[in-house]
Amino acid sequence: MDIQSIQDLLTEHPILGRFDTASRELLVGCARNHHFGAGEMIQTEGDPADLVHVLRKGDVAIEIAAAHLAPVIVETVHGGDILGWGWLIPPYRTMYDARALTEVSCVSLDAACLRGKCDDNPMLGYQMFKYWLPHLAARFRAQRLQVVDLYGEGRD
Amino acid sequence: MAKAVTDQARISSSLLPRRFRVQQAWPESATITSLALSPLEGPVPSFRAGQFNMLYAFGVGEAAISICGDPDSGDLLHTIQNVGPVSGALCDLMAGDVVGVRGPFGSGWPLADQSGRDLLFVAGGLGLAPLRPAILQALAMRDTFRSVTLLVGARSPTDLLYPAQLADWAAGDGLELAITVDRGPPGWTGMVGVVTNQLARALQGRDPASVSACVCGPEIMMRHTCLTLCDAGVPAAAQWISLERNMKCAIGTCGHCQFGADFVCRDGPVFRWDKVAARLRIAEI
Amino acid sequence: MWPRLGEGGRRRERDGSLSPLEDVMADGYILRDPRALVGALLEAGWRVIAPLERDGSLTPEVVSAPDELPCGLVDMQAPGAYRLQQQDSGRWFDAVVGAQGWKRWLHPAERRLWTARRDADGFSIAPAAEVWPPTVFFGVRPCDLAAIARQAEVFRQAGDPAYGERLAATRIVAVNCTRVAETCFCASMGTGPGVSAVVDVALTELEQGLLVDCGTANGAALLRGMDLATAAPADIAAARAAVEAAARDQIRAMPPDIADRLQRASESPRWQEIAARCLHCANCTLVCPTCFCTDVTDRSDLAGDHAERWQRWDSCFSPEFSYLHGGAVRRSVAARYRQWITHKLSTWHDQFGTSGCTGCGRCITWCPVGIDLVAEARAFAEEEA
Repeated sequence: MDIQSIQDLLTEHPILGRFDTASRELLVGCARNHHFGAGEMIQTEGDPADLVHVLRKGDVAIEIAAAHLAPVIVETVHGGDILGWGWLIPPYRTMYDARALTEVSCVSLDAACLRGKCDDNPMLGYQMFKYWLPHLAARFRAQRLQVVDLYGEGRD
Repeated sequence: MAKAVTDQARISSSLLPRRFRVQQAWPESATITSLALSPLEGPVPSFRAGQFNMLYAFGVGEAAISICGDPDSGDLLHTIQNVGPVSGALCDLMAGDVVGVRGPFGSGWPLADQSGRDLLFVAGGLGLAPLRPAILQALAMRDTFRSVTLLVGARSPTDLLYPAQLADWAAGDGLELAITVDRGPPGWTGMVGVVTNQLARALQGRDPASVSACVCGPEIMMRHTCLTLCDAGVPAAAQWISLERNMKCAIGTCGHCQFGADFVCRDGPVFRWDKVAARLRIAEI
Repeated sequence: MWPRLGEGGRRRERDGSLSPLEDVMADGYILRDPRALVGALLEAGWRVIAPLERDGSLTPEVVSAPDELPCGLVDMQAPGAYRLQQQDSGRWFDAVVGAQGWKRWLHPAERRLWTARRDADGFSIAPAAEVWPPTVFFGVRPCDLAAIARQAEVFRQAGDPAYGERLAATRIVAVNCTRVAETCFCASMGTGPGVSAVVDVALTELEQGLLVDCGTANGAALLRGMDLATAAPADIAAARAAVEAAARDQIRAMPPDIADRLQRASESPRWQEIAARCLHCANCTLVCPTCFCTDVTDRSDLAGDHAERWQRWDSCFSPEFSYLHGGAVRRSVAARYRQWITHKLSTWHDQFGTSGCTGCGRCITWCPVGIDLVAEARAFAEEEA
């Protein structure tokens, strides 16, 4: 797949598509296409967070496993979402397991490359803040609702 | 002076139930039971999707239970969660038992006014039960609507109500179905997260201005769903929710279910979102 | 709003004209002693219910002999205070309203709705067999007439016929107020102190006796055969003046725009301040002549073969009132007080087209800590102004 098509794929993405063109072009240099088969691990807790996945198609389970628990899926993310935030926060480690539930297509950005470009181009850093943060905030808000155990009581 | 001037008056009994026979009773889960009822005498009452009945368990008491059967075929079905003595006694009923029924009461889902629109049903937990009659009706007149989408949220896959029905709907081509759970156990390949997460995807490819949403579930889930839908551009006047309050009489005299100026039993339980949104922000109203 | 005095025997039509009743009566009569009328009614077979002295208050009770009518009583009412005093005035109607109004008869505090019995079919249900004898309510004050009309409307809208059936089988002898208690504010609610509705018979107490004003054919039938002197124009003028004075004597007045004010006061810190005083004892709702809320309870015998369903007064001040599985909607006293006063003074208009308050003042008098409905309403009105 050529450089031009990665640019197109990012433009089509609901979050990356909102970046200004110049910033998006900077991302292309850090990006490559990626595919995962259903059931394949995309990332594992504790590993270096050297990639951030801009999800195009497919469903991904975020899992937490503990010795006494079977792995629990705490959230699923989907085409249009962005997977991973450990890449931005030192010491840049992956925080949760992520497993492809279906065939997954994504554009993966190299974390070190991305951090470097942000350092060199504050405008890119600002675009990340402006468009990626709301996505994180929406997921954070949803997790809070989940904590409430909405369906604990039924209708009588 | 004229003699005792009028006869003594016979005063009518109030809140008198009719007797219905449990035709069938089956468990939906460990704490949820469904009952199919038919009257011992007289016709099956006609009802609208979204309405409820007061069900009386002999000697125990009465509870408001929404009707979850198909209004067009007159199936008087109720799905009951055991959350107290009355609902517990109703859940214990078996085929052949007799139950008291008053109703139907309240307002219904406004399907008839939504022709040409994209119908979105959002069900949380047991909220699928009051929506089921409306979904069945929507499918029966499927051509009337541009699209029909059902988004279901539950605590876990085993808590999903009507799994067989959901499988049927998923297999059919009448509606688009999306299911999301709060916790995904091993082996779950569906979505995990609250229903609000999935609204953007449910609206994908639709003009939000042409979407009509019927939302039923716990109040906090309905509130966040409608707020998210409003943010996405779905008109506040094209969203409906079904409220729940304590009900004793179901006719607007016991006072228990008052929600501001509305009696939920009489003016609800189905309310248009823009009529109640401000009130739902007032704590303990 | 002013009493139709001196229109005896005729009904005021919508166009303002007076139409004659079956037996033409003069413009008013003088009844020397109300016991004569009560005695005649009892003799004719009516059940007469009148305010009688019970437990230090006036309570509408069945009269078995005309001499039971109290004479010379005056009530001293204030926030959290009520005293009946016996005086030598010889007057019959100087004590205004006691703790209980007519709701205890028309909307009984406890009522069996129906009974059920196990049988071969499962169970059968039998309606409660309630009968209501031909009844005269004797001595209904204008505020309580308004309360009866407002409760009747609640049950009419709901399609629950019992209240209306009891009322339809009841004749009303009203009494215009010529003395007010400190807690009365009916003039500001437009319900008194004179009768403004068409009523079977209305009485106004004067020096020389009671001016009798008959508004309906039923009222005329009640009076038929009574020895009544024709009233002089001066009597009618005196009655009108006495009622007008009773309006002027009222020291409390509900702010006219309270319904709108409360709509916008839901988040006021004042609710917390009231809640700090309120004992949520529910007295106000029990004495309120329009409060209609009820609960139902189920009773069954030990064998489980016989079950009954009872309806009884409930109060929005009880935490269980708003209970949903998982907990009460209105957990705080502040929320429950807000519900009561907002319903009474504001949302009642949306529901039934009138205020839920008639200005009788009972909730002020019978509040054990003396919370004054009018003062609280004024505070909300001024807070926002």
